[in-house]
Amino acid sequence: MAPSRDSNVKEESNQVSYKKDINTKTDRIIQTRKHANDIFDVIEYLQSEKEKEIIFATNACSKIFCELLDRGDIYVGELPKEEDLMHGDRSAEEKYHIFMRHRYNSCVELLLENISHEAFQVKETSLCALMKFVAAEGKHPLQNLDWCEHYNFPRELILALVKHLLSEIEDMSLLISRFQEFMEKDDVRYYVMSSVRDNIARVMGKNKRDVIPLYQNNVFTLLSTINIPGQASEMTNFLVKQEKKHEDWKAARLKEHKRAFEQMWLVFLKYKLPSSMYKKILVILHESILPQMGDPTMMIDFLSAAYDIGGAISLLALNGLFVLIHEHNLDYPDFYRKLYNLLDPSIFHVKYRARFFHLANIFLSSTHLPVYLVAAFVKRLARLSLTAPPTALLILLPFICNLIRRHPSCKVLIHKPSAAEEPCDDPYVMEEKDPAQCHALESSLWEIKTLQKHYHPDVAKAAMIINEPLSEQEDDISVLLELSTFELMEREVKAERKTIPLEFDTATELLKSSREVLGVHFSLE
Amino acid sequence: MRKQQKLSSGLSDKVRKSKAAPEIQKNPFEVKINRKKFDVLGRKSKHDVGLPGVSRSRANQKRKDTLLKEFRLKGKNNKFVDRRFGEYDSKITPEDKILQRFTLERQRTHDRKDMFNLNEEEELTHYGQSLAEMEKMADVIDSDSDSEEKGLLSAELTASHFGGGGGLLRMKSAGDEEEQHKPKSRQELIQELIIKSKREKRERQTQKEEAQELTEKLDQDWRSIQNLLAHKTPRAERKDEDDKPRMEEYDVMVRELGFEMKAQPSEKLKSSEELAREERLRLQTLEADRLKRMMGDAEGESALTHTHISADDINDGFILDGDERKTLAYKDGKWNIEEEREEEEGGEEEHEAAAEDEDEVEDDDDDESEEEEEEDRDDDLQSDEEEEGRDEEEAVSDEEQRRAVQEAARAELPYTFTAPETYRDLQSLLQGHSSGQQRLILDRTITCHHPSLASGNKAKLQRLFGFLLEYVGELASQNPPDLRTVNLLIPQICSLCQLFPEAACKAVQMLLSDSAHSMEETLEVKGRAPMPDLDMLVLLKITALLFPTSDFRHPVTTPAFLYISQALSKCVVVSLEDAIKGLILCCLALEFVSLSKRFFPELMNFLLGLLHLTVPDKSNTGYAVLSPFRQQGKNFDLLVLTDPNASQSWSRKPVSLHTAVRSPAEREHCRLSLVDSCLDLVKRCTSLYKDLPSYTHIFQPIRTLLLDHLPVALYPSCTQDLHREILDAIPETPSQHAPLVFKKKKPIPLKLFTPKIVEILDYGKKRGNTKEEKERERLKHKHKREFKGALREIRKDTRFLAREKLNDIMSRDSERKRKVKELFGSLANQEGEWKALKRKKMK
Repeated sequence: MAPSRDSNVKEESNQVSYKKDINTKTDRIIQTRKHANDIFDVIEYLQSEKEKEIIFATNACSKIFCELLDRGDIYVGELPKEEDLMHGDRSAEEKYHIFMRHRYNSCVELLLENISHEAFQVKETSLCALMKFVAAEGKHPLQNLDWCEHYNFPRELILALVKHLLSEIEDMSLLISRFQEFMEKDDVRYYVMSSVRDNIARVMGKNKRDVIPLYQNNVFTLLSTINIPGQASEMTNFLVKQEKKHEDWKAARLKEHKRAFEQMWLVFLKYKLPSSMYKKILVILHESILPQMGDPTMMIDFLSAAYDIGGAISLLALNGLFVLIHEHNLDYPDFYRKLYNLLDPSIFHVKYRARFFHLANIFLSSTHLPVYLVAAFVKRLARLSLTAPPTALLILLPFICNLIRRHPSCKVLIHKPSAAEEPCDDPYVMEEKDPAQCHALESSLWEIKTLQKHYHPDVAKAAMIINEPLSEQEDDISVLLELSTFELMEREVKAERKTIPLEFDTATELLKSSREVLGVHFSLE
Repeated sequence: MRKQQKLSSGLSDKVRKSKAAPEIQKNPFEVKINRKKFDVLGRKSKHDVGLPGVSRSRANQKRKDTLLKEFRLKGKNNKFVDRRFGEYDSKITPEDKILQRFTLERQRTHDRKDMFNLNEEEELTHYGQSLAEMEKMADVIDSDSDSEEKGLLSAELTASHFGGGGGLLRMKSAGDEEEQHKPKSRQELIQELIIKSKREKRERQTQKEEAQELTEKLDQDWRSIQNLLAHKTPRAERKDEDDKPRMEEYDVMVRELGFEMKAQPSEKLKSSEELAREERLRLQTLEADRLKRMMGDAEGESALTHTHISADDINDGFILDGDERKTLAYKDGKWNIEEEREEEEGGEEEHEAAAEDEDEVEDDDDDESEEEEEEDRDDDLQSDEEEEGRDEEEAVSDEEQRRAVQEAARAELPYTFTAPETYRDLQSLLQGHSSGQQRLILDRTITCHHPSLASGNKAKLQRLFGFLLEYVGELASQNPPDLRTVNLLIPQICSLCQLFPEAACKAVQMLLSDSAHSMEETLEVKGRAPMPDLDMLVLLKITALLFPTSDFRHPVTTPAFLYISQALSKCVVVSLEDAIKGLILCCLALEFVSLSKRFFPELMNFLLGLLHLTVPDKSNTGYAVLSPFRQQGKNFDLLVLTDPNASQSWSRKPVSLHTAVRSPAEREHCRLSLVDSCLDLVKRCTSLYKDLPSYTHIFQPIRTLLLDHLPVALYPSCTQDLHREILDAIPETPSQHAPLVFKKKKPIPLKLFTPKIVEILDYGKKRGNTKEEKERERLKHKHKREFKGALREIRKDTRFLAREKLNDIMSRDSERKRKVKELFGSLANQEGEWKALKRKKMK
């Protein structure tokens, strides 16, 4: 017990000591140039093993250098090498400035390294410190640049920061979400976007077009957080104020922003993506990417490629395609044929079922579609319904009925009095890829008849509708789209019942009832 | 005047009066036919034939009787009203009228109590006392009164004196009538009467005197014998006493007969409450005894009880107190022994043998070993306690005896239990008991808290059901699960469920939706969920036992269906255990739909997926497996046989619900069992769904799999048989069906106006919709009609009166004319006479 107490005391004293140490040194550095060498000790703390020390030191560093930058105590322009410092005939003042510039550079390097530190707090403070440097440098540029050509913004620093943010070996999503705060500044966002573009091109080019899931994930996280304001007038929030020619500054123009955004995404999508990434992108594509792009039609290639992949990715690509077709006049050949071939048993089991039905409902809402096409869709959906879960069936059945209502010529599918009473094979060919050739119109919806015996009462009821002529009014399926099994269950549980019927022959054993199946195959032992 | 009237009444009246009514009706000149313009169906007309002459004369007559009389009396102040009874009543016949008048007259006179009405029927009084009574008393003192007649006048007398009323005359006897035949002078009659009455008076006086004498004599006689009577009274009393016993005997007999047991009605069937109460009482008494024995103060009672002969007594003479031995006896009409249980104990105590050795378990379900264990434990405890509180002076034998009793008591289960308030209570109540005992405990708890016994019991038992389900869940999730106990508890759960269907429904629903909710959450977070645990599977099975699964919609089974569906389509199969659980779910699903034959797509998908796991080569299949299975991926050869020889050592037998497969051989066997069960389920499905129109489409993927991909050759022969049977059951080509048509609807009948039924209150045109309005209309109409009728009547009256007046005037005029003529005539005569005289004079 005693030793541990001792160590506690030591730790405490240690804590106090490092705080005091850093504080006093910071104060001395800021106050007099005599103690300039103390900066080495402070910077050393950045490499400490203890998180608290690093954090404390980081804060101290940001304080020192911001102060120095404000004062103009840091050398501006082409930086001579440190070794050359002694030889050149420079004033002490200049020497001091150069020295401090070197310290500043090493400090920035260490901070960038700390962004990859394992502790999130260290990462966060490093990020904040760096962003303070960005702001300070923006005010007091370290380069002597031609004012007409360039605007003072520390692009190198941002580039380095982005490079470290988009790590290839670590998931940075937490830090990126913290970084999002800084990207509310329009100029930061603009330069980040261009930096990201450069970074992707560099990293992916280096990797020879292989997927790098972690890196791409980080990029995606960063990209998806970028939000461009809708109107130019909203762009007033800048980290660095430009005194001159503010209007001509690229970072201040919405068009430039959009272009940067577009290029960034296109570069990102140019390379091969893991399929989960595809899904993620496609999910947000129509809502947060396409509207922010300068020219959404640039995405056509990507979407067509995604649509051809098949499965869930195709389903998701539908949404983006729809936006393009609908708003940007895209002419997509064989769209309905592809849509028809998208229908396979798995569509009822995937997560994006609601989205698919929503879109399919829109695509098939036109009354100018040929009858054979609608009939093919109806028949195929009916066939697929034989394997669908009840939640999907509750959407599917009204959906089919709606299609038949919209296209009264499809009524033959559920009502064919001319050939009544004559048994026939189902002429429909499930394997046929072309909806025109599948003979759907000659068939009948026996599958719906089968579903009238479904175990779920609501499904059975919905299937019963085809027994009688359909009403004129279409069913609203939008309320059913997001229905989950649990909700169905809750609905059943909440319903008020007057009586609860019971099994009349009371059981005596667990595995012994009048219709035992479980007991045949399993025993209690 | 008479002549005049006759003239005015008209000829027709005269004719009508003279002729009989039918004759008139037949006379075509009298009859007026009211011609009908239209024949209205259903209308009964009363007035198609009228007799105007008859009705006119009737009306005329009526007016003459009423209006004319009034007219004549007009302006006259006095009028004569005859108030005699029935004077104006034409309905009463004259005879009746007279009779009634007579009776009324009689009543009036009777009421007046006329002193001078000397009728025999009437009672005469003097100073409010009946005179007849006075006479009968024959007061001695009053005997001298010489009022001769005492107001007693005979009818004859009055008749002769006053001539009598009409009524009295009729009452005359026949004899009187004879006398009346001989005419007598009035003088004679009075003489006769006086003599007669004097004679009668004398006779009465003598009679009275005689009676007086006789009574006095009798009185004297009575006094002389009165003493004798007084002496004899005690003897009479004794005589009574003698009589008494005899009477009692009789009375007793009567009473006995009265009180004798009648044929008693057989004892009525006890209601469930009574039964429960009795059962509880029994359990309570037993519990009280048990507690007593446990406390160790059974001595006092044993002194009383051990004297009884046990049923098990072998009569070996080993009785401590032989003198007190009692025979079977009744006490207060009750059998004077305790219940069997008591006897047994008595026997035990008598034997003084070690109680541990005896199997004194009264419940057949009790697990012996368990109980012994417990006894041992109790023994230890007990002995410790004993050691501490041992009384050195006590005899060792006594001590042992007591201990034995206590142990026996401890080993027994209590007879009453408090209902558990929380789940922990139930747990502590049941823990440490064998499954049989647990069942017994539950049984007793339920009996003690039958809802009819106390008001709070219902809620307690309802809660108990919930706890019980929870407990069953806990038993099933133990490692290894205690499914035997669950099995034994099923009847209790069932009976509780029967008692409270609502509570049971709520409890099962809650468990299901809780589990479904957690599954939903894991699904949202991870995208996939693990298979439900054994407790949920057991709960689903219990659900199927408690509630009907064949209902179209049921508050419990429909959610259960959805739960199974969710599990079968969302829960991943990553191990053999998962596959077993999945198969259990399939069995349950099949059981759920086996009666209703409802279609369960998830079941088919899952079976296909399971069979897909057995296929070694998973590329290029002709079917698609669905969630939760994948065409290819991790664990995709979970059921592929690794050892081709495993089928030889395998035999078909039920798999345990909770197998933990370890060794490779076991794994192989488990795989074979799974495939076998799977195929059996598919076979059951084929027979279940073969009537569905899409039967072949549903089974097509399974058929392809079985036909082309399943490694049948590796499986034992019985599995191969199953495989063949399934393939036989699924036809290759889809069966033919007639195209769908809508249900034939009944032709919709033409729209017709339903007849509006209006209640007719009065015939004729009436408008108005509501009842009040109709009534109003009707009254208005009636009023109008009445008003018109009244007007017509008034007009007729005035016409009648005018005619009468005219008649009067005319008759008066003719009279005057006649008189004037007469006068003129006489004047002319006078004139003529005078002229003649004058002429004579002249001459």
